[in-house]
Amino acid sequence: MKPAENRLDRTFVALADPTRRAILARLALGEATVTELAKPFSISQPAISKHLKVLERAALISVGQDAQRRPRKLATQPLAEASAWLERYREAWEANFERLDGLLEEMQRPAARRKPKKK
Amino acid sequence: MTTGFEKAQVTQPSDREVKVVRSFKAPRDLVYKAYTTPELVKRWMLGPPGWTMPVCEMDVRVGGKYRWRWRSDDNAKEFGFHGEWKEVSAPAKLVHSEFFDPGDVGGDMGEGSMITVEFTEDKGVTTMTSVMDFGNKRACDAAVATGMTDGMEQSYQLLDSLLAKR
Repeated sequence: MKPAENRLDRTFVALADPTRRAILARLALGEATVTELAKPFSISQPAISKHLKVLERAALISVGQDAQRRPRKLATQPLAEASAWLERYREAWEANFERLDGLLEEMQRPAARRKPKKK
Repeated sequence: MTTGFEKAQVTQPSDREVKVVRSFKAPRDLVYKAYTTPELVKRWMLGPPGWTMPVCEMDVRVGGKYRWRWRSDDNAKEFGFHGEWKEVSAPAKLVHSEFFDPGDVGGDMGEGSMITVEFTEDKGVTTMTSVMDFGNKRACDAAVATGMTDGMEQSYQLLDSLLAKR
């Protein structure tokens, strides 16, 4: 597997958890420490740290400059990549559908004007 | 030549599903026919440029099976899908299983998916809604990111390399 595909898998796994998505939503508003991130959830801080590790491995978040507070912040590029795959998937289907448009148009033409069937 | 009447929309209604919606300027029974007649399916269900469809066998009835194979123009490698219809309600609804056939391309898409395709018509415009249920988040994510695009990814890589050479 190419490195890019590994990272993409990690991105999708990271996004597949609702707690991690909530963490990302909070970080979209600005950086935050582990304590601050743990506040809205009823799970323990170590559990939050586990989620943060998954997000860091997927390069979705990074650790800020402050060595003591170690705030987390969003890294936006991998998210763009994840939606790029959905977009590519959409483009492949759109290529099919444009061919289908042409076929349906042909099927609706009066018989006399229809092109002979291609081999 | 008719251009795309309404561009395909792809969404994820849940973590385990992918939904594709597209409208066509044609009556429903014609769209249904194009979806269920092998000679017609071969003409449009080809993915990105650079592929042909050497195998398109379809027995459209409950319990009937299908087999699709695509071959790359570039290196003659093949991959495909196969499965079985669970529900056939012409011209409104089709439900079928879909299993990846790695062929020469390889890759893995896990336990397969269940696909529900529905057609509705309003004043000569037919909307096709297709929902692919992969059964769990992991399989869905893997399919969108890698498995489902493995065969297509070859085409894009080839295109990228050709463009890079210019």
